[in-house]
Amino acid sequence: MVKTLGMTGGAIMALLLTASPAWAQEAVATAAPVADKGDTAWMMTATILVMAMIVPGLALFYGGLVRTKNMLSVLTQILAVASLAMIIWVMYGYSTAFGPEGNAFISWGNYFLAQTSADSTAVTFTDGVVIPEFVFIAFQMTFAAITVSLIVGSLVERFKFSALMVFAAVWLTIVYFPIAHMVWAEGGLIFDMGALDFAGGTVVHINAGIAALVGCLLLGKRSGYQKEIMAPHSLTMTLIGTGLLWVGWFGFNAGSALEANGSAGLALINTFLATASGVLFWMLTERALGHKGSLLGACSGAIAGLVAITPAAGNSGPFGAILLGAIAAPIACYFVMKLKTKLGFDDSLDVFGIHGVAGIIGSILTAVTMLPALGGPAGEDYDLVGQLGTQLTAVAIAIGWCAVGSLIAFGVAKITVGLRVSEEVEREGLDLGEHGERAYNY
Amino acid sequence: MAQLLLVIFVSARVRVELFEGAKMKYIIAIIKPFKLDEVREALTAIGVAGMTISEVKGFGRQKGQTETYRGAEYTTNMVPKVKIEIATSDEMAPQVIESIEATAQSGSIGDGKIFMLDLGAATRIRTGENGDTAL
Repeated sequence: MVKTLGMTGGAIMALLLTASPAWAQEAVATAAPVADKGDTAWMMTATILVMAMIVPGLALFYGGLVRTKNMLSVLTQILAVASLAMIIWVMYGYSTAFGPEGNAFISWGNYFLAQTSADSTAVTFTDGVVIPEFVFIAFQMTFAAITVSLIVGSLVERFKFSALMVFAAVWLTIVYFPIAHMVWAEGGLIFDMGALDFAGGTVVHINAGIAALVGCLLLGKRSGYQKEIMAPHSLTMTLIGTGLLWVGWFGFNAGSALEANGSAGLALINTFLATASGVLFWMLTERALGHKGSLLGACSGAIAGLVAITPAAGNSGPFGAILLGAIAAPIACYFVMKLKTKLGFDDSLDVFGIHGVAGIIGSILTAVTMLPALGGPAGEDYDLVGQLGTQLTAVAIAIGWCAVGSLIAFGVAKITVGLRVSEEVEREGLDLGEHGERAYNY
Repeated sequence: MAQLLLVIFVSARVRVELFEGAKMKYIIAIIKPFKLDEVREALTAIGVAGMTISEVKGFGRQKGQTETYRGAEYTTNMVPKVKIEIATSDEMAPQVIESIEATAQSGSIGDGKIFMLDLGAATRIRTGENGDTAL
């Protein structure tokens, strides 16, 4: 048991500024703690909430935004790539991110979960409080699955199914697992710098956003982009997806407290408020840019708010959360509506424009929302400028690592199976061309 | 195209000769969708026994709408309309046109158009009746 605890010391996330490796060792020294039933029940619930974010949440959110002829391909890609991530996670992903031995970049050991049993536990942020290790593994597994699924959004309507599977396997291995280790595992490069990332602003959203940007630049535009009508085929589906993402995000953010406690409660209310703020401020920005307030805008604003609060979920007071939504949504909106159109690249469903942009804003501003003036949990000796520098460095490392790793991962897919479907398949739709089915048979 | 029209014309002539004495008109009206119920009621009131309806798109003088999705603007040139097709006897035809004109009119641009063609033949499939008794 002592060995198990030592091994899962890496489970610690960067919640507290004062967090130091010392308290993990203290936990080892005391008698083996037993997982609390309340914590366990909550973390199992949080895990399946994150699952619902992927299928059907993200699948419907993205699916509604493409044309009818590509709906089924989006649903299939999300379902398949999330499933692949889960299998890889238990084979070696968990070991690479949260393994018993490691350095600043990766960890190792415990392949195929060989050292984990139903009695194994993972430490949380409170001394002596643990949760079953299998629950922690499953919770973190859903994070790997949703991150790689998010990338699909910039590649839809032209990316080969086989290329996605090859890319995902390589990308998870050389980008996601190392960055998750660096940010969340004790001894990780970014963790040890004292960077704050409550639920995955860098690991999930900046990571997915940058990979999506690299991907859509390598892949090229959809044929007919900015010439033909590519209107979303069902914003009704997109709204359902948005709702499921929002609900699931409570598992994502509040679950990242790893316990059923006040910190989880803070993350819960922040996940309401930043999102609500994002919805309203995106629509206001649309008005300011001379358009009508739209449902797609409202849904996009919700996601921008959710992304922005993710790194700050337990590192901000409620009004800090509102502020984050109010800053991230207008900037993401401006980027998506004006800047992207001018730059002319085809990030089809705005993964970079929303997850990348709002993720970067949220990750940097987490240093600000920590301030007690905004209801944040910082102590009196809090160094705002220093923390801002740390956050910026963490963001820069994540962007750099992810950009290079994504280039390699897309490169491997290109060499092995090729990135793009034929022009004919693209014209006819990926539903029939890649999967031999239609989403709708009226 | 000219040949095709000729074929249609010739075959229409043949049919007319086949069912000599059948004097019928085929009326096609393109109207605003929300006017359909009113038009249908008015036509039923004057004794029109049936019609065929389709949802169509097209353009005339009325401009389409602009849609915006996250900054991507699409101007749809085609405006949704309802097409009504009615086969009627020669005598009824003016009344039918009058009644559509009266009910489908809103006075604004895009109210639509009414066309009338000579109808050469009609057959009721169930009974095999021909000409205006089939209507």
